[in-house]
Amino acid sequence: MGATLTTLAYLVASVCFIFALRGLSHPETSRQGNLLGMAGMAIAIIATLLRPGMGSYGGILFAIAIGGLIGAFVAQRIKMTALPQLVAAFHSLVGMAAVFVAAAALYSPQSFGIGTPGSIKTASLIEMSLGLAIGAITFSGSVIAFAKLQGVMSGKPIIFPNQHLLNLVLAILLVILVAVFVTTESPLLFWAIALLSLALGFLIIIPIGGADMPVVISMLNSYSGWAACGIGFTVGNLMLIIAGALVGASGAILSYIMCKGMNRSILNVLLGGFGTDASGATAVGATGDRAVRAGAAEDAAFIMRNASKVIVVPGYGMAVAQAQHAVREMADLLKKEGVEVRYAIHPVAGRMPGHMNVLLAEANVPYDEVFELEEINNEFSTADAVYVIGANDVTNPAAKTDPKSPIYGMPILEVDKAKTVLFVKRSLASGYAGVENELFYRPNTMMLFGDAKKMTEEIVQALGH
Amino acid sequence: MTRSTTDFASSAADLARDAAALAERAQALAAEAAAAAGPVAEVIEPFLFLFSIFLLACFVGYYVVWNVTPALHSPLMGVTNAISSVIVVGGLLAVGLAEDPLAKIFGFLAVLLASVNIFGGFLVTHRMLSMFRKKGS
Repeated sequence: MGATLTTLAYLVASVCFIFALRGLSHPETSRQGNLLGMAGMAIAIIATLLRPGMGSYGGILFAIAIGGLIGAFVAQRIKMTALPQLVAAFHSLVGMAAVFVAAAALYSPQSFGIGTPGSIKTASLIEMSLGLAIGAITFSGSVIAFAKLQGVMSGKPIIFPNQHLLNLVLAILLVILVAVFVTTESPLLFWAIALLSLALGFLIIIPIGGADMPVVISMLNSYSGWAACGIGFTVGNLMLIIAGALVGASGAILSYIMCKGMNRSILNVLLGGFGTDASGATAVGATGDRAVRAGAAEDAAFIMRNASKVIVVPGYGMAVAQAQHAVREMADLLKKEGVEVRYAIHPVAGRMPGHMNVLLAEANVPYDEVFELEEINNEFSTADAVYVIGANDVTNPAAKTDPKSPIYGMPILEVDKAKTVLFVKRSLASGYAGVENELFYRPNTMMLFGDAKKMTEEIVQALGH
Repeated sequence: MTRSTTDFASSAADLARDAAALAERAQALAAEAAAAAGPVAEVIEPFLFLFSIFLLACFVGYYVVWNVTPALHSPLMGVTNAISSVIVVGGLLAVGLAEDPLAKIFGFLAVLLASVNIFGGFLVTHRMLSMFRKKGS
């Protein structure tokens, strides 16, 4: 296959990728979009294999078969609650692959038409260092994100003195190393850049807490795209540049949406440590002996059965307790009694963008009963009961009323406007932001103390009678 | 709200002024370049060519992704994850074309890792998407 034909095939593959993303504008078209994405990938791979001079097909097929089997196996087996860590793990692979391709380009530049060993074009060396550095940062950052999400490592932010200064010094050192590498083309410096970038990726992610993971994952998603782009520039490959830019843009937009959902700047998230200092300062205050109204499952069942409209507000706690199936059972029983049931999702609910939607879909909740914050916020005042399960900060009215609160200005689900708020929670402890939730003490709130799944199952039983 | 709007307006005005100044300079530069080049057609710097494609792809990505419904943000991550593993192309070229054994090994590893991602990414996205059902279906 000549160069013109290959480029044409890459163009077709790129268009397939664009349509794959386009398809996600609606659940109806999304499956078709995903198939187009697969087709695009197949075209890109086949076109590359058919390039003149290509050999070692045995080795290539072996690598694809082994990798493909592992990937397919994991994708089939993974639990939907573990999706965020899976995505983090996948990001790390893209990062590592970028590092390997950069290394291959360093040791065999003639394969990519960028010079000969020892005299690679300067521009290609700069691009190579960029691809390498972003790839390595993506790898180690994703490994840390994975460890935090999987619970191998504490989700708490890890903070030490002069942390940001250290990162800054390392970043400057990285720039210097790149400059020296570009002039000397020393393989030793290449690997020094790789090591330093790995350290930097590690240090960037450790101060970021568990609940900020939606931003981190989106950001690493974006990085993996930019890494592909950097490699694309290095080896002068259109396909990598286009696909990388699409992914990079996508991750950047998701990060922006997640930050907006928390009313925080990306810098504020990256500097990390959110929720640690605040807990000491504000959480223990006038908590004392303020009265809360606690209820049992039977009370909740009674209230919801007699309601005409119930809105369910799920959060990360629902995922942890694996309560999504019980919630759907509860909704089914309520619907049988003529109650209208809807679901309200906050943009940052869960550990990755859209996490709650997938979990509800897994439990067979139809997607047209699930609404985003802007779509449903006006409806809380017409709801007779709201069932908050595993969410906390995203319902806290302090975000609207208390300018001193760390979450002030964050868009919230206005559950306090409903007639009754049923709040499932283990204890009165504050949420991730370390802020006490005023809602617990409102007269129209009933606290349902207990495990999210157990409580919901008890309500299902009570509704069944 | 009004303050941020006026801020925004004034920064937009600044931007417009800058853009106008840039356009003037670009015009002057273009005239100069045309004078220098004469009638012979110029070869475009390859980096500039790739960079134009990169920039346009960023814009396409930007507009397409804003159209993705928030309910499908998780599948979006899955599918972009799979798409970014198109980096496999770089690995394939290294295995298929390189003479250097070290480069071949690195290429092999890149193909292996990217393949995990290609199959895993598209399949897990497929699994997610097949769960999204409408009422009554």
